[in-house]
Amino acid sequence: MRYLPLTPEDRANMLATIGAKSVDDFYTDVPEAARLKGKVSGLPDHQGELAVERHLTRLAEKNRSASSGPFFVGAGAYKHHVPATVDMIIQRSEFLTTYTPYQPEIAQGTLQTLFEFQTQVASLTALDVANASMYDGSTACAEAAVMAARVTRRKKIILSGGLHPHYAAATRLLAEAQGLTVVQLPVAIDGEEELAKAVDGETACVIGQSPNVFGTVTDLSAVADAAHGKGALLVSVFTEVVSLGLVTPPGEMGADIAAGEGQSLGNGLNFGGPYVGLFSCREKLVRQMPGRLCGETVDADGKRGFVLTLSTREQHIRRDKATSNICTNSGLCALAFTSHMTLLGGKGLKQLAQLNHEAAIELADALGAVKGVEVVTPRFFNEFAIRTPMDAEAVLAMLDEAGVVGGVRASRLFPGDHLGDVILVAATECTTADDIAAYTDALKEIV
Amino acid sequence: MTMNTQGRPTAPTAVSTAAIETISGSRGLLQQEGLLFEIGTPETTGVDLPKPKGLKSRLGGVARKVDTGLPGLSEPQAVRHYMRLSQKNYAIDLGLFPLGSCTMKHNPRLNEKMARLPGFGDIHPLQPQATVQGALQLIDELATWLKTLTNMPSVAMSPKAGAHGELCGLLAIRQALIARGEGDVRKRMLVPESAHGTNPATAAQCGFTVDEIKANKRGRVDMADLKAKLEKSEDVAGIMLTNPNTCGLFETDIREIADLIHKAGGYFYCDGANFNAIVGRVRPGDLGVDAMHINLHKTFSTPHGGGGPGSGPTVFSEALAPYVPVPFVTKDEDGIYRLVEQVDGEASESFGRMVAFHGQMGMFVRALAYILSHGADGLKQAAEDAVLNANYIQARLKHVMSPAFDGYCMHEALFSDAFTADGIETIDIAKALIDEGYHPMTMYFPLVVHGAMLIEPTETESKAELDRFCDALESIARRAAQGDDTLKGAPYLAPMRRLDETRAARKPVLKWTAEDTSKVAAE
Repeated sequence: MRYLPLTPEDRANMLATIGAKSVDDFYTDVPEAARLKGKVSGLPDHQGELAVERHLTRLAEKNRSASSGPFFVGAGAYKHHVPATVDMIIQRSEFLTTYTPYQPEIAQGTLQTLFEFQTQVASLTALDVANASMYDGSTACAEAAVMAARVTRRKKIILSGGLHPHYAAATRLLAEAQGLTVVQLPVAIDGEEELAKAVDGETACVIGQSPNVFGTVTDLSAVADAAHGKGALLVSVFTEVVSLGLVTPPGEMGADIAAGEGQSLGNGLNFGGPYVGLFSCREKLVRQMPGRLCGETVDADGKRGFVLTLSTREQHIRRDKATSNICTNSGLCALAFTSHMTLLGGKGLKQLAQLNHEAAIELADALGAVKGVEVVTPRFFNEFAIRTPMDAEAVLAMLDEAGVVGGVRASRLFPGDHLGDVILVAATECTTADDIAAYTDALKEIV
Repeated sequence: MTMNTQGRPTAPTAVSTAAIETISGSRGLLQQEGLLFEIGTPETTGVDLPKPKGLKSRLGGVARKVDTGLPGLSEPQAVRHYMRLSQKNYAIDLGLFPLGSCTMKHNPRLNEKMARLPGFGDIHPLQPQATVQGALQLIDELATWLKTLTNMPSVAMSPKAGAHGELCGLLAIRQALIARGEGDVRKRMLVPESAHGTNPATAAQCGFTVDEIKANKRGRVDMADLKAKLEKSEDVAGIMLTNPNTCGLFETDIREIADLIHKAGGYFYCDGANFNAIVGRVRPGDLGVDAMHINLHKTFSTPHGGGGPGSGPTVFSEALAPYVPVPFVTKDEDGIYRLVEQVDGEASESFGRMVAFHGQMGMFVRALAYILSHGADGLKQAAEDAVLNANYIQARLKHVMSPAFDGYCMHEALFSDAFTADGIETIDIAKALIDEGYHPMTMYFPLVVHGAMLIEPTETESKAELDRFCDALESIARRAAQGDDTLKGAPYLAPMRRLDETRAARKPVLKWTAEDTSKVAAE
């Protein structure tokens, strides 16, 4: 076995030093009936690198990668170009094969990048402080809901009808397990402002999303005012972080907490994970935040350095009184995010956002010009919904035959909500004029 | 002086060994590097993007008012920034990383290569299922390995890390109790006091109250205390027990514990953080476990990445299997893989959805590459070597340090600070290890041992590495026993001296601002 350095002689010598006859001596606490006589049965033995690579490559070849043709799927994960430098950086052994920075004297590399990450996320979301990442956008959203309940000491969580339904499901699950009540507003393509009417004196928070799952961008300022007027918080969610280069960010709209997905910067699609949850809030809420926080300090010589801080919020100190049970987060994905953001800079991000927006405008104009097809998202960034004159599943299947992955049918996300003819479509900087033409031409043939 | 023909000296000449201050702040290979915000500008970018066409916006006026002003770096500057920072990190690829309960083992590069195949790394979680059959097959193959290795009939693949797997397990228990009509009654979760902090935190997140079980003198569950806490059993939801436990010991009475919990009407959650000690030798399903998470980033070597991403698939017994979260993969009779994504039909009893998509696919690929490379024989050998290495360290150091408990350990050796002279603390020993070129062991955990030092070498260390480590730690331990005060100042040779955590927490500075930077510089 190529990963095991001990030789048979080493093992014999070590057993002699220990004074044990065989490794079986170490397992005598295992109940007799549970001691396996040999290997676990029904499983193959070890294989060389070539054999493993061959098997996995064969599995990979059965999948159609997003780069292999016109591809328009979004709805929470986005196909973007990641600079080669980012992947080089995250494959540095010093970042890839280290642990959570518990020993700051030999982890300043990780800690400084986390401090920079937190600063970038706070700035992008226009809020005071950001943590060192969550698992993904959906779990960040769920944690934001229960944090709002702690802050306000109230029990009602209100979800907009434009919140990604998977985010809504993850939030409902965690909130209800903690005895909170979750109110889900009806599914709406352009209904974020309905949150303002729903908020009442028992509301802990309202959760709105912009751009929402149908791509609609909304200024939630009026919702923030309504929530604050009743003593509730506004949680502002986003699934496409590139939008923050152009679209009004949570903090500018008066949000108290921002929770979103950071996959678009630095991270590949990876079939849904690992991704990186972004979480930021106003400064006065910081002691109720979940997750790791990196802070600045000095060492014994007075030199500036960074440490994990405010850990009295966390499970390893506070145990059942902790703000969250999170321990491992998305460290390496946060590094991918921050290094991509560093390569872009504020100016580059804005330009990238413009390119995304323009690709979506051109796509929307092209698809909307197809007879019988209607773009139903009123204001959008880089994704929108279209309504087709026939069942969306059939349309997508026919597009697939033409080599076009045309989007996500809304009924996959909202079964039973009468959205059978709606397709969610995304464009990014990767979308070419040829891609748009291929989609448009194929759609003309179908409808 | 020895010189070559050009007059260049070719052998060192003796000079003073006094510490040398440098103008640049760099010290030889260790480069000084400022914060991104001090070296970049908002106008700089390290990417070349096409110029936008200037189309009329469709944002409907929902536009950002204030630019981020975030600085950028050109590509060469960015490469140096992160390269220089990387040099300030310790890593498993550099040396032994004996962080107890964290299983810092070798991370094979084959796994990285496989995860980057476009067919895995560049597929979307919501693209048509017919176009991702290989990905679904991979999830199904990994699931089969995990079920077989644990002898458990069901597995939830979507949890994103160990603590998320705990949440998955407890939500299934909660759902099972609700199905039995006892959801409002059975609210008490038993958790040993030696448990990792995530256990009580997870129980609280699920609305359970935590009832602590004492440890006995042998570092295991105190059975008398457990029985006393089960005397009144109508409100018992279950137990969360780590096995092998956080003291690095196998819970001798585990079968009896399982029986007692089941008899009390509760479920047995096993924290599988330490599965590496027994994988391939013991199947948790044979121990009466109802649910257990598996940290793919520990036992199956997906890299820790400086704090994640992890992955925490959770296996279930027949009793809890109906309640597993969506989505999950099934295989139809005609060999087609299918994702079950909604709580209805065959998933009508599911407790719901924990995350947006299907789990940590990137980690699944790496874990399967690791598992296939080992096979059933290699996994068993890996567990045995991990346990052998830990016992070797314990045997080599037991005469100079204080083993917390008698007898053999499993995959990690636990010592208390009883051997240290007054004034010398566990942290001093840990920081002195840094000067010797090692990452310290886990310190002050588990809480049941005073000044705990928990050492987990893993199976991927050679005997020569272990001996070198033991020599270094033995020397530090002797100095600690003699009360050598110089330990209090360690580390001396790391990129930083000890950092002031109190100051960081008192006035938190959690992001860069121009004012904070000038303040530190002025002090």
